[in-house]
Amino acid sequence: MYPARFEYFAPSSVDEALSVLERYGDEAKVLAGGQSLIPLMKLRFASPRALVDLNGIDGLDELYEDNGMLNIGALVRHKACERSDLLRKRYGVLADAAPQISDPIVRNRGTVAGSLAHADPQGDWGSALLAGGGQVQVRGSDGTRTISLDDFFLGPFTTALEPTEIVTWVQVPEPGPRSGGAYFKLERKVGDFATVAVGVHVSFSNGKVERAGIALTGVGPRNLRAESAEQALAGHELDDEAIGEAARLAAQAAEPRDDARGSAEYKRNVVRVFTERGLRKAAERREKQ
Amino acid sequence: MAATEEIRGVGHSVKRLEDARFIRGKGNYFDDIALPGMLHLEFLRSPFAHARIKSIDASRAEALPGVVAVVTGELLAQHSLAWMPTLSGDTQAVLATDKVRFQGQEVAAVIAETVYIAKDAVELIEVDYEPLQAITSPQQALAEGAPVIRDEKEGQQDNHIYHWEAGDKEATDKAFAAADQVVELDTFYPRCHPAPLECCGCVADVNPATGKATIYMTSQAPHAHRTLFALVAGLPEHKIRIISPDLGGGFGNKVPIYPGYVVATAASLLIGRPVKWVEDRTGNLISTGFARDYHMHGELALKGDRIAGLRVKLLSDNGAFFSDAQPTICKAGLFHIVTGSYDIPAAHVETDGAYTNKAPGGVAYRCSFRVTEASYLIERLVQTAAYEIGADPAEFRQSNFIKPEQFPYKSATGFEYDSGDYGAAMDMALEKLGYEDLRREQAEARKEGKLIGIGLASFTEVVGAGHGAEYKIAGLRMNDGAELRIHPTGKAVLKLSVKAQGQGHETTFAQIVAEELGLQPEDVEVQEGDTDHTPYGLGTYASRSTPVSGAAAAMVSRRIRAKAKKIAAHLLEASEDDLEWKDGRFSVKGAPEKSTTIQDIAFAAYTNVPEGMEDGLEGVYYYDPPNMTYPFGTYAVAVQIDRGTGAWKVKRVVAVDDCGVRINPMIVEGQIMGGLTEGFAIAAMELIDFDEDGNCIGANFMDYLLPTSWETPSFELGETVTPSPHHPLGAKGVGESATVGSPAAFVNAVVDALAHAGVRNFEMPVTSDKVWAALNEVGLAE
Amino acid sequence: MTETATEQAVYTKQLNVTVNGQARSAAIETRLLLVHFLRETLGLTGTHIGCDTTSCGACTVLVDGTPLKSCTCFAVQTEGSEITTVEGLAPAGGLHPVQEGFHEEHGLQCGFCTPGMMLTATALLAENPNPSETEIRWALSGNICRCTGYQNIVKAVQYAAAKMREGS
Repeated sequence: MYPARFEYFAPSSVDEALSVLERYGDEAKVLAGGQSLIPLMKLRFASPRALVDLNGIDGLDELYEDNGMLNIGALVRHKACERSDLLRKRYGVLADAAPQISDPIVRNRGTVAGSLAHADPQGDWGSALLAGGGQVQVRGSDGTRTISLDDFFLGPFTTALEPTEIVTWVQVPEPGPRSGGAYFKLERKVGDFATVAVGVHVSFSNGKVERAGIALTGVGPRNLRAESAEQALAGHELDDEAIGEAARLAAQAAEPRDDARGSAEYKRNVVRVFTERGLRKAAERREKQ
Repeated sequence: MAATEEIRGVGHSVKRLEDARFIRGKGNYFDDIALPGMLHLEFLRSPFAHARIKSIDASRAEALPGVVAVVTGELLAQHSLAWMPTLSGDTQAVLATDKVRFQGQEVAAVIAETVYIAKDAVELIEVDYEPLQAITSPQQALAEGAPVIRDEKEGQQDNHIYHWEAGDKEATDKAFAAADQVVELDTFYPRCHPAPLECCGCVADVNPATGKATIYMTSQAPHAHRTLFALVAGLPEHKIRIISPDLGGGFGNKVPIYPGYVVATAASLLIGRPVKWVEDRTGNLISTGFARDYHMHGELALKGDRIAGLRVKLLSDNGAFFSDAQPTICKAGLFHIVTGSYDIPAAHVETDGAYTNKAPGGVAYRCSFRVTEASYLIERLVQTAAYEIGADPAEFRQSNFIKPEQFPYKSATGFEYDSGDYGAAMDMALEKLGYEDLRREQAEARKEGKLIGIGLASFTEVVGAGHGAEYKIAGLRMNDGAELRIHPTGKAVLKLSVKAQGQGHETTFAQIVAEELGLQPEDVEVQEGDTDHTPYGLGTYASRSTPVSGAAAAMVSRRIRAKAKKIAAHLLEASEDDLEWKDGRFSVKGAPEKSTTIQDIAFAAYTNVPEGMEDGLEGVYYYDPPNMTYPFGTYAVAVQIDRGTGAWKVKRVVAVDDCGVRINPMIVEGQIMGGLTEGFAIAAMELIDFDEDGNCIGANFMDYLLPTSWETPSFELGETVTPSPHHPLGAKGVGESATVGSPAAFVNAVVDALAHAGVRNFEMPVTSDKVWAALNEVGLAE
Repeated sequence: MTETATEQAVYTKQLNVTVNGQARSAAIETRLLLVHFLRETLGLTGTHIGCDTTSCGACTVLVDGTPLKSCTCFAVQTEGSEITTVEGLAPAGGLHPVQEGFHEEHGLQCGFCTPGMMLTATALLAENPNPSETEIRWALSGNICRCTGYQNIVKAVQYAAAKMREGS
């Protein structure tokens, strides 16, 4: 309940933030929403020497589409995504995921980028954005680089981010004129992490699946893409048979473990059920466009 | 004086008088108290479930600026305070000395200028542990060759605590021998925790000049705690003042005496400054009085559709110290009420308790002294029996109910039920639910592959402990007092020995005085919790406040009314026999204009009493209940199961309660809804679990799950009223009824959805994975 | 282990913030949680602490009108903000409709969750003056209550909503 001491920095620009990170290296932590970091600090599972608070930096809280990309700034809160008409209309997988993260008060504060950087295998944004084919813009003192989310999550709470780098933008390619997506999450109660969740994001052309993104939460050491399931759908119509097969393959791709939320067998089955339900919903939403 | 307006006594839903401070954020909870010079206490807790302590090095902690002292078991032992007696006649470590016996056990305490510094210092204490094998179940504890957990107790050779029996074994065996059919159920009531939103804690202020110890403490039983403090700490009892301020919930969690209270008091005494201990949620869940953890095997002997006998074998996991707060004659609380609402001629209960490497406790969480366990078992058994003999679960219950003409009813385990009409409550519940229609809907839905379940529970429970000769805790009789004083201007103060933690005593008990004396509730200030200023009693838990202190309040009011009548006779120059009483006024029979109000009488009590009469208008009454009271009801729950995930959703909850006369119906309904929510939580999600090393899983709110407004269903409430014949107001108490009766209703509902496929049982918490496993097994998974 | 004054200073900061309409300023440790700043430094004990995993919402306050769990925020992060605690809900000498609603509808028992619950409800009604039961339950799902079973809390919020729509 009582964190250890730390030096506090509230920079007014990303450059300033980066120079603090350069100085402290892995003894500093970036603070955005703080809804994952501060709980760890209170229990003293994390005791960084320095905290770099990004909340005073202008221009990081924009959410917009431009040039074929959806851009989510580093300080965009879960709540902004929950309220976004843009996401609701065109990015169903993100619009579904947003309101199911944690609880409504935490969502006022927590950020999408922070969630990705935290890389909890039970985190929802990781899967939703993997399904969307997302990537992150990362800034260090020697410039900016782009990391595909496929290469970003390395393991539980481990990412490709250096301690001296900051995620500045999360980006998702525009899904095209015919698309649909959904995020199904099973949680024991509001505020719990996912027992199992599945995000799907499908682009269509000529009535067939052009690209399918299917990603899984809580059934592996990190958010997982069900690639064989995705590939099985590509080029096909999204009919019952294709959906059933993709669901079966997605279940196979999961790497669940027995724990308090259920057996591995149980979770694998929920992956199958949710993939099916997600794909049906995606098809429905395409119809409504 | 006031015109005749209706007196808002019994039966009125008076808006709560205590709300005024809470809605303004001006409640006075113990952590809101700051005293000059106050220090802060933080515990170092054991990471191991079972380990020998080889050494403790607190030197780095002691050297941290702002640290005043580090207290260890060794230091306490010098003052004979390292161990303390429990309410069940055992001893409990205050701070570990030889061994730690559960994960989270208190090992050392830092006293510092700020709580942040105290926490910093805790991190600097080094303890050298030698881990030992952890015992994590009572079966393991009682197995041959198990390490002895309480090896410090002289004569303790194993982990067995007690053996206890109730009922008639011979008669029961006979009934089973003659049975047509025997229905069995093996089930486990899992470890859960009352988890009030406010954790435990205290501010201990031992005044070095006067020697008086004022302890602000989260206590549901401040007087009993004061006496125990006097006995344990060797402080003279008149020099101990316990003030239980506003409590943020209790549910039985604030009945035991915890190490924090003792260490804070000892530290304050030794240092000469106030010491505050604020427990954090992890400390609360990992070390304070948990609930249940009860292995139950039940059998019903059936003759046709009638229950001829009930046999129960129990095994209790009591944790590392036997500290159950229950009447001392009972080792299993009032579990032997297990015959419930049914006319069962023969019953026998056998129970054993075992030590394990877990936190101590067992009797808590709105359990009415283990009635939660008993009610769960009988309602699950009865439901199972109905399926086994192909009877409708409602009809089977009804044909076995104790009938109204059988009251007062002597049960096979020795209880005398005061009053009841179980059929009426059941009928009302079924009607409100639309039972017949719902059964039809269930059958239709099944054809479409939809799974609906209807669960019932018809509980009878026993509260209001209790008759002084029978019911004692730590030797103290369970009688409770009420002290009432009317001021000259017709306002009153009522001092009680009980202590609310949200139950609305300041309103309900004022209404009792209103009923008896005609003062409006706003004219009665109710005081509780300060042992210097309130009469003696055993406190609030096990739904005893209304049955015991409520009765005391009524009786003392009647004593005062008797004196008021004499004063009225004097004022009206009439004979007492010619006076009649109505709504706070004595009038001469046949001459209603000759009357005097209670307010006039109160003034006269200080200005104009009859010759020879003592001044004042006050009294104190200690109530000795002649019997327990027996609230009852029927709960009906409808659920639907998701065949793909096993998740179940509650569609309807109908709750018909009979708690006798309802003093404040609004408050009664609030208690019921709160209890139904806890029952739902226990059935659906609450669990404190341990791995094989004794690591506690469920020591924070991420692992110990409480339902939010989103999961919690809506409730449809109904009532029947069967007054208690022996209670002055006919009231029975209701605080725990819903927590007692509802878990079985929820579980029965989920079972009912799959009973047609042969499913008979789910173990709590009934999580979605368990339901899915059953669906999968019977071929009903999506 | 001693520290020089310069070393100490790195861990403290002067915080300037408006609380319930009043400008407040204090030198505090950077690690001081907002809830402790409110309770201990400012003596506003109406905001409560119920857990240690950001799970219960008893500590909810409004920061610039938005609900925040004050146990999961460092006080220094609120520099320049306007904080509303339960003590700042009522207009002088009166009651906020939300407070009235909780009283009228028996939406509280022990009172411990009530400040946080009322502030979340106030923020909900500012955004959605006529919420459905579902919307109320959804908005309050970050605030745990152990006593009431939530049903009367929903009624309390509906009472307040009706009163506020009336314009009184």
